[in-house]
Amino acid sequence: MADCNRKIDNVEQLNEIRERMKEKLKPRFEEGAAIHILLCGVAGCLSTGSLKIYEEMDRLIKESGKEKDIQLVSTGCMGLCAQGPLMVVYPDRVMYTHVKPEDVEEIWNSHILGGKPVERLFATESDGRKVAHALDEHSFYTKQLKIALKNCGVINPLSIEEFIGVDGYKALATVIKEMDPEEVVDLIKASNLRGRGGAGFPTGTKWAFAASQLERKKFVCCNADEGDPGAFMDRSVLEGDPHSVLEAMAIAGYAIGSDQGYIYVRAEYPVAVKTLNEAIKQAREYGLLGKKILGTDFSFDVEVRLGAGAFVCGEETALMTSIEGNRGEPKPRPPFPAVKGLFGQPTILNNVETYATIPRIINMGVAWFNSIGTEGSKGTKVFAVGGKIRHTGLVEVPMGTTLQDIVFGMCGGIPKDKAFKAAQTGGPSGGCIPAIHLDTPIDYENLIALGSMMGSGGLIVMDEDTCMVDLAGFFLHFTVDESCGKCTPCRIGTKRMYEILSKITDGKGEVEDVDRLNVLARNIKNSALCGLGQTAPNPIISTLRYFEDEYMAHILEKTCPAGVCKSITKFFIDKETCKHCGICKKHCPVAAISGDRKTDFVIDQEACIKCGECFKRCPFNSVLHH
Amino acid sequence: MRNVNITIDGMKLNVPGDYTILQAAKEANIYIPTLCFLKDINEIGCCRMCLVDTGAKALQAACVTPVVEGMNINTHTPKVVEARKVNLELILSNHVARCQTCYRSWTSCELQTLANKLGVDQERFSGEAKKYDIDVGISIVRDNNKCILCRRCVSVCHNRQTVGVIEAIGRGFDTHIGSPFEKSLWETPCVNCGQCINVCPVGALRECVDTDRVWAALNDPTKHVVVQTAPAVRAAIGESFGIEMGTPVTGKMVSALRMIGFDRVFDTNTGADLTIMEEATELIDRFRSGGKLPMITSCSPGWIKFCEHNFPEFLPNLSSCKSPHMMFGAIIKSYYAKKMDINPEDIVVVSVMPCTAKKFEIKRPEMHVKGLRDVDVVITTRELANMINDIGIDFVNLPDDNFDDPFGEASGAGVIFGATGGVMEAALRTAADILSGASTDAIEYEEVRGFEGVKMAEYKVGDVVLKAAVAHGLANARKLLAKVKAGEVDLQFIEIMACPHGCINGGGQPIQGSSVRNWGEVSALRAKALYREDKKSYYRKSHNNPAIKRLYKDFLGMAGGTMAHQLLHTHYKEREKYPENK
Repeated sequence: MADCNRKIDNVEQLNEIRERMKEKLKPRFEEGAAIHILLCGVAGCLSTGSLKIYEEMDRLIKESGKEKDIQLVSTGCMGLCAQGPLMVVYPDRVMYTHVKPEDVEEIWNSHILGGKPVERLFATESDGRKVAHALDEHSFYTKQLKIALKNCGVINPLSIEEFIGVDGYKALATVIKEMDPEEVVDLIKASNLRGRGGAGFPTGTKWAFAASQLERKKFVCCNADEGDPGAFMDRSVLEGDPHSVLEAMAIAGYAIGSDQGYIYVRAEYPVAVKTLNEAIKQAREYGLLGKKILGTDFSFDVEVRLGAGAFVCGEETALMTSIEGNRGEPKPRPPFPAVKGLFGQPTILNNVETYATIPRIINMGVAWFNSIGTEGSKGTKVFAVGGKIRHTGLVEVPMGTTLQDIVFGMCGGIPKDKAFKAAQTGGPSGGCIPAIHLDTPIDYENLIALGSMMGSGGLIVMDEDTCMVDLAGFFLHFTVDESCGKCTPCRIGTKRMYEILSKITDGKGEVEDVDRLNVLARNIKNSALCGLGQTAPNPIISTLRYFEDEYMAHILEKTCPAGVCKSITKFFIDKETCKHCGICKKHCPVAAISGDRKTDFVIDQEACIKCGECFKRCPFNSVLHH
Repeated sequence: MRNVNITIDGMKLNVPGDYTILQAAKEANIYIPTLCFLKDINEIGCCRMCLVDTGAKALQAACVTPVVEGMNINTHTPKVVEARKVNLELILSNHVARCQTCYRSWTSCELQTLANKLGVDQERFSGEAKKYDIDVGISIVRDNNKCILCRRCVSVCHNRQTVGVIEAIGRGFDTHIGSPFEKSLWETPCVNCGQCINVCPVGALRECVDTDRVWAALNDPTKHVVVQTAPAVRAAIGESFGIEMGTPVTGKMVSALRMIGFDRVFDTNTGADLTIMEEATELIDRFRSGGKLPMITSCSPGWIKFCEHNFPEFLPNLSSCKSPHMMFGAIIKSYYAKKMDINPEDIVVVSVMPCTAKKFEIKRPEMHVKGLRDVDVVITTRELANMINDIGIDFVNLPDDNFDDPFGEASGAGVIFGATGGVMEAALRTAADILSGASTDAIEYEEVRGFEGVKMAEYKVGDVVLKAAVAHGLANARKLLAKVKAGEVDLQFIEIMACPHGCINGGGQPIQGSSVRNWGEVSALRAKALYREDKKSYYRKSHNNPAIKRLYKDFLGMAGGTMAHQLLHTHYKEREKYPENK
């Protein structure tokens, strides 16, 4: 059987595949005669039509009969999602953006056959310049340092051999052939790697706890239940480089003495689930999962478990309860999962990004990893940058990079050159960071000190048109919805906070409401059962800390300074500056604006639905609100 | 377990290492308020009332947090006190506090007590309160408007009973307790055991109240209203009037029933004696004729429904005997009616039971003789206490009275039916005599007493060795039956009671809240009362009860005979868990 033939029995065979594949992948890293066309086949690019582009290019290659010299590869995420679908032609390293199926023929004729790249499809810099080699020239890429995302967008995630060609499963081989389990734990400890999923707990310490347990059955779990709104780095790793996670889980299994892993991934990630399952199948075929890996006595296998979409199942005890087949609710800790976790056995749980980092640490060495980052936070962190930002996408930067660098240096700042107001990190559990702290180096400690947290790395940028009270309500509503309902403060407390916030944004707030919010926030933080509940008030705490004046404007003056809260916002047209152009009238969806060349433009307040379209459209800033 | 050194509120303490903070604090005479916590039943730390400061980032729930060496615990810092109060205010903000009309108010409402104790005197966080339809079942009523989501009912239903027909449904503020597919409890495989009622800290669960029907019968001059009381009732009803737990109050109870106006007051123990006659006979018969063994007792209607839903393969093992009060009801409407020359249609039989499942049992279609229901109304111990209160009886100071003839005093074997192992022991007393053909000395079978989940014993009775087992609580029953099914144990006779500890802890008994249950043994005290009654009894074996002898001689003929079968035996049917199109 073909499957049996593929099994790798020893390290030598693994090395052989690596050497063979290195040669094959050369065009992507050095020079080479062959042309490799890499096309992002996941996430945003997939939804904007990359499949069609793939088919088109594939047809052209086949028709030309040059399959041997031209390789078309569907890869994972390349990062610059805002300009997708993205395509990179190697070895030229030319990146094409916003590619449409009808562009493919031009790329083919002009670039692939004619050697003349298609300039109009080059990536756009924030200043509007077009750059041919975005990966090497575009500010979005030049400041990045890729560890967790190293293979994303460079290899075919469905090919275990390509993965092996970029040093895949090399770390696993090193570990099980050359190291004792204790040495592995010590190495992870010495790397100072901290969990990338939220709280930043030292990974090595967690492994050491589990390793010291005497039980025979232990489990290695991977948290792929990425739930923060706007965060998609774990998804990108799973879709673009699934074997890194499998390799790291096997390493963890060896370190703590476990032979079984579970990946808990949300069912809303169908591509990730499919890719993972395919990767697991391949790893088993190649003998890199299963019994007696690489001819050693070490056995390890992984199964996928699907989450049904509950945010709380990203909390470790809830996640394990869910894997056990029960309603996903957190349990009090202690006992900690490292002592008594899944099915009552010692269990470690790390998130996708943490795992993806581990093989690199082993391959590159602890000293190298420790040379990156800040005193307390080593290595890199992936951020999913979204919101009011030019280059929406995924960036991986060394710990300690400033918000300023990420938002303005890499992601191109805010569209229409509006003013930066704040950025939310840590999703609904995090907090907002105002403009005055743009220069703070981002690491675990600094974010906590600012009243936010790292979370999984969601980074949502807000501009001057954002109402911070409304924003706090948005995040809180998420937690109200996603609370599991087990403990009192989270179940009822967050709901009450949301009711108070709604009262304020409706213009019915009283000064005492701020006190009530403070009391509730403090006590939910102090007394909720799990991390989700304890951090639920953070968006309110941090907006109250930095933007109390906005709360007070809603309460005392009954106005929304950003013009967002509909109940208390009125739009009107300033007669003095109005040029009677009629654009507002044209765009009003409910025909609430009257006026013409001769008569004044007026908004009928009864009819107005406060959508803000007139305000946004007016070229002369003559639509005002209060 | 090694002891550990901890500090609580500055006090140095040396406590066992498996203690929770709550236990350690109790030892230091420090009161930590609890709400969801119920010892051995619900230890999940969800209400966040018992918070303490251990120096961790967030406050910890004392009920589930184990002590560790060197732990420094503060139980009433301003942070702790505020958190408890705020959480209690939040619970109150989503609790329909109709205290004036709530049956738990000022007697056993733990929420009310707590609000009072913590001095919660403001409503800072009022807001939307969820509204739910009240689920009226056959035995149990669920009112989610009062539910505070402590999950005790869920825990007892899942863990103790392995019935699992209620669970938290929905998320966040929409979380509520409900049955699969949001069905009504009566449409589920609920066994009506009522354990959920007993553990509820508020008035969200109670029995279907039938006292109005009793009053109606009592006020109808054409009706001859007969009441019978189960053994466990006398061991607990005193608690409803502040009498010390574990005090049997049989005499006062009979007096009160007479004052209420029942025409006759009988003791279900007579029915129990009758059950023993029939059951022991059935057992010996199965034994000798190679019938289906092990035979399993059928006194507990919760267990019967559980068996019908979950273990239909064991239906042939069930004794065909009706439960004692059903037997007795049938006798009242036949033998007694004839003897007293009353038209049985004019007799109303009311059973006072520690049980909510009996409310379901009397409605089973097979529980009638010639179109007459064996028992017309079942009320619980709690309902009887309410009736006594309704008409202003000073229960504590009542004189003792005796049960009525022609049944009079029953045997001590009948009275111990109320505790786990009691039916087994009573049956053994009789079987031993029948099999040996003489009156044996053995009376107290200690091996089957006590609260161990599954008790096993082997007795040489006459010329046979009888291997017996006793299980109480349906989780234990499930465990035992799994063993029988797997052939791991060889048994001839099994007693199963649906309720943990037996009828003394039945779903209709006076409710003892967590302040009692967390630190004392309610069931042990109630059981003691029953064993004390047994010891005092003149007759301690069912077959020696003269009323029973007379009954067989004058009316029934032989135990297990045709007449007995017609009146005293029944049959069972397999039940689907969730039949469609209900």
